[in-house]
Amino acid sequence: MSAILSVEHVGVRFGGLVAIADLHFDVAQGEIVSLIGPNGAGKTTAFNVMTGFLKPSQGEVRFRGTSLKGLQPHEITRLGLARTFQRTSVFPDDTVFDNVMIGLHRQGAAGAPGIGRAPVLDALLGRAGASERRLRERAEALLDWVGLSARAQEKAGSLAYGEQRLVGVALALATEPAMLLLDEPVSGMNASETRVFVRLIRQIRERGVTLLLVEHDMPMVMEVSDRIVVLNYGRLIAEGPPDRIRTDPAVIEAYLGQGSAARRAAAEAQEAAHA
Amino acid sequence: MSRLLPLALLGALVALPLALGANPYLLNALIVTGIVTIGAMSLNLLLGFTGQLSLGHIAFFGIGAYVSALTSLGFDVEIGFGLRVVHEPWPAAVGFVLATLAAGACGYLIGRLSFRVRGAYFVIVTISFAEVVRLVALNWVELTQGPLALTNIPAITLGLPGIGAWTLKTKLQNYYLVLAIGTLCYLVIARLVGSRFGRAMRGLKENESLALSVGINATRTLTVAAVVSAAMAGAAGSLYAHYLRIIDPDVFAFTTTVSMVIMVVAGGKGTLMGPVIGGLIFGLLPVALRPVMAPEAQWIVYGVVLILILFVMPRGIVPGVSALLARRRPVRAVPVLEASPVVQR
Repeated sequence: MSAILSVEHVGVRFGGLVAIADLHFDVAQGEIVSLIGPNGAGKTTAFNVMTGFLKPSQGEVRFRGTSLKGLQPHEITRLGLARTFQRTSVFPDDTVFDNVMIGLHRQGAAGAPGIGRAPVLDALLGRAGASERRLRERAEALLDWVGLSARAQEKAGSLAYGEQRLVGVALALATEPAMLLLDEPVSGMNASETRVFVRLIRQIRERGVTLLLVEHDMPMVMEVSDRIVVLNYGRLIAEGPPDRIRTDPAVIEAYLGQGSAARRAAAEAQEAAHA
Repeated sequence: MSRLLPLALLGALVALPLALGANPYLLNALIVTGIVTIGAMSLNLLLGFTGQLSLGHIAFFGIGAYVSALTSLGFDVEIGFGLRVVHEPWPAAVGFVLATLAAGACGYLIGRLSFRVRGAYFVIVTISFAEVVRLVALNWVELTQGPLALTNIPAITLGLPGIGAWTLKTKLQNYYLVLAIGTLCYLVIARLVGSRFGRAMRGLKENESLALSVGINATRTLTVAAVVSAAMAGAAGSLYAHYLRIIDPDVFAFTTTVSMVIMVVAGGKGTLMGPVIGGLIFGLLPVALRPVMAPEAQWIVYGVVLILILFVMPRGIVPGVSALLARRRPVRAVPVLEASPVVQR
């Protein structure tokens, strides 16, 4: 398996504050990888570096062999690396349908299949009818796929939290990504909503999209991930399949601290693993 | 309503002179109101649809006025190093086209300069730009005559080879010219806003990070909006120059920008009809008030009207009235996540 995304010795410093010290890992084509770690470990910072919202102080990110150094967020999206956001995942004043239409922006760009060479001019001259129809069909199909058809004509900002997350996923998928970064996709969801979302994640992978998530919900992470990367204080402290991460002493220490209870828990977990 | 109201208004405006007869005072008020309304519509493209406030919008208007006037009057200026630029007068219609293009080019420059850093910076850059252009118009006397004003600007002549030509000298002709250009601008804005480009503008305004993350190029989108907006303001300035047939550096007055902002905000920014309604109300208020009170008192009334409108309808007249008209539909509560096809599979 070849790496679709390589994070190569990335460091991020804000003045004297080290948000990420030295992060180095790969994500292989078709994998579901989770990036976990306690609050403030640098997970969202890492996401922002991968998607061009932050410039790393050192190192670089490569996506499908291309260095993302110096690229703007919209340029990175055009390479096929899409993301969702933790809090504000929708365009709140537009309907759910129009949200997806905005998300289909690149699919209506000059040079995209079925689109003329000057889309703005076509719109002015009223020649954009056919391409608009095609975009609307795709928006409908996408909404149907994530299960939001019933909400299509409602304002995105008025939807429940979990549904807004789905809109965010539909927006990201509208860019036809090869890889999707999900920033805490199930935070604030209840158990049944989370279960549905896990299924959605698997179906996204079946579409051939590689996934990297940042998430706090440990049962969900353990269930869905092929591999887990653990960050603490801006450093990678463990990497491996869920079973190994669950019993890794460094990980347990990072989450529970160095107290004797934590050590005992780690020892017991290790024993349980050996048994 | 969205289709019917503009058509009804257009019909009323076409029929208005027939109903009023040739009342020069009223026609003059309507023409000037129409020209400023075109300016307000162009401002709305930036302020209402992208959320960027151009407080120097009058610069594009004034540039349009001067470019058009100078193109049709001709000039002969020394630009230093012993070089002289001599320009023979061209038809006023060519001036109109050049005014639109020149103002659009200025919009491009301002957009490229300031859209890397937005918000307050854009406001400051636009104000500064307007002030610089005003000072140039005031002080480059050899070209602009400075405060002495450019006079004898020809009226626009429309003509088709083989059919004939009309010079638009009467108020009635100018009224219909302004109405036609205004309608054209309205249609251009409507098409743009309803297109993929309009969705990109809305996306940037509502949630910029998310818009970038779906591949929308912020600088490019905002620059295109600034170019179209500035070009329309330039076209309005050209109409102004060829209608009044005299312009001085006062066309760059900051208060005109403020009037346009008031028209947009009171009418409803981010709506197609907002600036038109706002423009008609604040443009024609003096006509309605003139028989009743002195100009000084009128200013107080403008203020009161604006405050009342925004107090009753904070988002402006058009959104406020639409909200009143729309009957609140009962909202069905379908738990979408549970009903998702993903679950059933």
